Amino acid sequence: MSEVTLVVNGRKVKRNVEDRTLLVHFLRDELDLTGTHVGCDTTQCGACVVHMDGKAVKSCTVLAAQADGSEVVTIEAANAGYDELHPMQKAFKEYHGLQCGFCTPGMIMAGIDMVRRYGPGNLDEATVRQNLEGNICRCTGYHNIVKAILAASDEMAKSDTRLNEAAE
Amino acid sequence: MSEGHGIGARVARKEDKRFITGLGRYTDDMKVPGMMHAAFVRSPHAHAKINGVDKSAALEMEGVIDVLTGPELKADGIGDLICGWAVSSKDGSPMNMGAWSPLATDTVRHVGNPVAIVVAETRDIALDAAEMVAVDYEPLPAVVDAVDALGEGAPQLHPEAANNLIFDWEIGEEQATDDAISGAAHVVEVEIRNNRLSPNPMEPRAALGHYNKAEDHYTVWTTSQNPHVARLVMSAFYNVAPENKLRVIAPDVGGGFGAKIYIYPEEVVCLWASKRTGVPVKWVATRTEAFLTDAHGRDHSSTAKIGFDADHKIVGLKVETVANLGAYMSLFSSATPTYLYATLLSGQYNIPNIHANVKAVYTNTAPVDAYRGAGRPEATYLVERTMTQAARQLGVDAAELRRKNFIREFPHQTPVIMNYDAGDFEASLNAAMEEIDYKNFESRRQESRNRGKLRGIGMSCYIEACGIAPSAAVGSLGAGVGLWESAEVRVNAAGTIEVLTGSHSHGQGHETTFAQLVHERLGLPLDQVTIVHGDTDVVQMGMGTYGSRSGAVGMSAIVKALDKVEAKAKKIAAHLLEADEGDIEIENGELKVAGTDKTLPWFQMALGAYTAHNLPEGLEPGLKETAFYDPSNFTFPAGCYICEVEIDPETGKTEILRFVAADDFGNIINPMIVEGQVHGGLTQGIGQALLEGVHYDADSGQLITASYMDYCMPRADNVPMFEVSHQTTPCPGNPLGIKGCGEAGAIGSPPAVINAITDAIGTEAVTMPATPMKVWQAIRGAAMAQAAE
Amino acid sequence: MHQTTYHRAQSVEEAANLAQGASDPRYLSGGMTLLPTMKQRLVAPSDLIDLRHVDAMQGVSEEGDMIVIGGATCHNDIATSEILQSKVPGLAYQASHIGDPMVRHMGTIGGSIANNDPAACYPSAMIAMNAVIRTNKREVSAEDFFTGLFDTVLEEGEIVTGVAFQAPEKSGYGKFPNPASRYAMAGVFVAKTADGVRVAVTGAGDDGVFRATGLEDALAGDFSAASLDGKSVDSSNLMGDIHASPEYRAALIVAMAKRAVVLANGGDPDTKAATPAGTAAA
Repeated sequence: MSEVTLVVNGRKVKRNVEDRTLLVHFLRDELDLTGTHVGCDTTQCGACVVHMDGKAVKSCTVLAAQADGSEVVTIEAANAGYDELHPMQKAFKEYHGLQCGFCTPGMIMAGIDMVRRYGPGNLDEATVRQNLEGNICRCTGYHNIVKAILAASDEMAKSDTRLNEAAE
Repeated sequence: MSEGHGIGARVARKEDKRFITGLGRYTDDMKVPGMMHAAFVRSPHAHAKINGVDKSAALEMEGVIDVLTGPELKADGIGDLICGWAVSSKDGSPMNMGAWSPLATDTVRHVGNPVAIVVAETRDIALDAAEMVAVDYEPLPAVVDAVDALGEGAPQLHPEAANNLIFDWEIGEEQATDDAISGAAHVVEVEIRNNRLSPNPMEPRAALGHYNKAEDHYTVWTTSQNPHVARLVMSAFYNVAPENKLRVIAPDVGGGFGAKIYIYPEEVVCLWASKRTGVPVKWVATRTEAFLTDAHGRDHSSTAKIGFDADHKIVGLKVETVANLGAYMSLFSSATPTYLYATLLSGQYNIPNIHANVKAVYTNTAPVDAYRGAGRPEATYLVERTMTQAARQLGVDAAELRRKNFIREFPHQTPVIMNYDAGDFEASLNAAMEEIDYKNFESRRQESRNRGKLRGIGMSCYIEACGIAPSAAVGSLGAGVGLWESAEVRVNAAGTIEVLTGSHSHGQGHETTFAQLVHERLGLPLDQVTIVHGDTDVVQMGMGTYGSRSGAVGMSAIVKALDKVEAKAKKIAAHLLEADEGDIEIENGELKVAGTDKTLPWFQMALGAYTAHNLPEGLEPGLKETAFYDPSNFTFPAGCYICEVEIDPETGKTEILRFVAADDFGNIINPMIVEGQVHGGLTQGIGQALLEGVHYDADSGQLITASYMDYCMPRADNVPMFEVSHQTTPCPGNPLGIKGCGEAGAIGSPPAVINAITDAIGTEAVTMPATPMKVWQAIRGAAMAQAAE
Repeated sequence: MHQTTYHRAQSVEEAANLAQGASDPRYLSGGMTLLPTMKQRLVAPSDLIDLRHVDAMQGVSEEGDMIVIGGATCHNDIATSEILQSKVPGLAYQASHIGDPMVRHMGTIGGSIANNDPAACYPSAMIAMNAVIRTNKREVSAEDFFTGLFDTVLEEGEIVTGVAFQAPEKSGYGKFPNPASRYAMAGVFVAKTADGVRVAVTGAGDDGVFRATGLEDALAGDFSAASLDGKSVDSSNLMGDIHASPEYRAALIVAMAKRAVVLANGGDPDTKAATPAGTAAA
């Protein structure tokens, strides 16, 4: 057992967990943050993507103990700093970028990270498709997911000064 | 259409908010006080006798509640799993169904076959303990290929099925077809292999079984497309509990594609284990368990022989198919390769004579059942590959050969049961050819050639059958259930509405489209309409969602219930407005007296129904109506898909440059959602054509493609932006004119892709999935053959 | 996964000491291979010693004419390193094609090299650039370091602390991924230096990474993709599986070598996606 202390969605949490506990199970079972999902066993589907210290990671392949001392943001707080929804969340709804919703939290967290890495407005279709290599969706055929991420990226370039400043 | 939210409007989905904020509630998200976790002990062998199970070491582990096995399950009277559709052989004998115990008792027949359940305090402990259950297996020889399984000396799976043959079924007139083909001017023969697929909804299957001892009542949360059918089957056939003591809840479900229609061993065993152990028991599949045990799809080996007259009109089609049903007969496994397959072999064409023979076969593989499209993709692939190969052999354009043989008059009775009610196949063909600029393809081929690439174009004109199905008709064909749908429209006292539907949404957007229908009829805002589904304690008996039936059948039931609600509402309004019932109109949330300015707000009418202070003489208080809708025919979505590919001859890699889809789904409620269904279906079809294939080792029966490391799921960079359009001939068979759109993409696309690849490489010698290696080998094989000439 | 005990090391010495005290320890770097293997219950180390927080193993730097990459540097930092993007673009490109963006945020070069998965990308770069693998005990040339499938000269408790190499004049990588796993089914790294051309192949050899000397000879005179036209690779020591036969892998090696040369010569062999902006490596 290890004592693990993290800041999750802005809140400090401390739990005693088995060393083998994966971050995704820590979030789901210990904190009841069930928006982060598990869709495979081999670190490929991306339903579990969260942000750890500002970068997207697959929480099914990070031990809670590895994340000790980190700051973690999950889909439940993806909108932090925005009104009700992050522009990426809004775009997924507007462009019908989800059907069953199971891969969606991971897609949105991966999409936000993509915009962070490339800079708002700097994405094109091929780049988005290549950067979605680690996120599998079985419903949408990706068509509307790609459109949503591109739209959110452009929207953030127009209106999100916060991210632009951070990139400078 | 009113205010842009009714029928035909691209309304953003009501259900999205919870999914994009992480507040969806799937089965694995459920927690019940005292809940424990299950792991299944599964066979590592494809075929073996069980000589004994020693669970003592597992039971001694800290945190283990119990370990339960097949004999205990049998002793408690839990029944075998069954196939619910009886298909007879052509000699009239019933199908040869072997026993399928939810936990194996004496024999395991595929890798992953469950043998025992471990219940423990955590999932990790359950998995630790499952490894400690010692099963004494005596391995037996295994067979994974259906043609091999029919062969002499093949390992035998079930004593009930000699030579592993489940049935030897036929449809159509054999002699007439043989005569027509033998008299034909041209005969084309093809071999068709339809690859085995794993459905792979992203949410793995899960079940949380909870037995309440005080009430002697069971609840199961489960990943089901049809919770009521699950309750019926578990009660009536598996003897888990009587229906009134069994509640099945299918909460948010993360995709189904057919795989979540069936009632699997795990949910039955979790319920039973909850009673045995006295604790709620939750099981969630790993992805590998999903590959091992979710019902697979397709897996046909066929030959087709088609005859043409001198004018290139089809005179006959003869098909022989061997269908692999796996180790056990899944719930609808018998219908998929028969009534959902061979009845569509006429395609879009006027074919006077058709005969098909289907042999269904046991093998040491996971059960095979309906997967998105269910039989129609297999039929379409066979017909459309055959048509394209025939056009090439006859030296005519693929589009022209199709055009020449199109059915143009409706209704059209095919020789294989189906009666097509409406369609305009030429409209979709023309639209797709125009969109992709078919006539200038050769210049694009040349442009690719200049860059060292091989470009090809391929088409597919599909037709399929949805809206399953008229209950009496399917009953006469062996179905164990009726395939109607139910709806209850509940008008609350303040006028808001709940629609209780027997359909189940697991991605299809029913909460939006069904509300759009209510808005269209009553003019109430969408947020005053709530769609309720997925809970057998809340919703009246219903049949669930599969076979693209929720629009054509599920919404038709809502229409019927709305008709009744409107009729009663008009009575109440007429009474209150002192007008004639026939003069009342419902519009924009108001009841109006036609030709006057007298109106009654909807909520006041509703309130009046419930206060019951002033109702017409003899009218019951309240406003709530139920309807059951039984369709009069299948519906027949059809369309034309054209695909353009470019192949790198150095690597064999295929890139889909463009994909044009021209579909006729009849009337459409929400085009945005319909397009989404097409995109997803096309990608699954492209997955079948290029990427996906379940692969078992022929000798050991081990599943090689047991994770995403080896089973190739379509990724975002495998597919292009799709070009989707609609041509509309309304379905005459249901009140909304809907045909259904859920499966067309997966049905029509594989032959378009393979026809394009074979066009590019100049040889037919490539099977699905046309992986880079297979395409490279085909190119090389063709080059060698040419060199040898 | 089975039970295990997690330790976080702050220094190389601490890590080695922790390993010494454990019965069946494994070093945990990014964990992108080890943790999935543990999740599938295929391995069950008694102890995991986390190297990700060892400062001395972080980042890309220059030591004289050598470029040094710390063992705990993640793929993303290698892919976006300004030093590598300008001086060894082949390696930056290679790192940008490992796994997916999330995997690249965690997975490290040291972990990949120590594991020597036959389908891992980096071993090809190390051999082609004649790199030195630095451990807490010694320096080993890459050609001596990789000894077979999942096999290296690493002794018990030894840690890959980093790699060092001279920037080649030109470098490039061509990767044909396994369609399902996206690991290399044939990955070819080419490095052109004053001493000649070296071509190393990963994902294809039945004994792991190897040099394709026939292709090296072909490129020695004329470092262009065209000089590989019509060349072939012996398939007898290549892997075969459901995705690729040995013969197919042999063909892919030549095709990927061509792409690597195109990239090395400043061309754009395949990628349609933009490259993330370069950032100074930590």
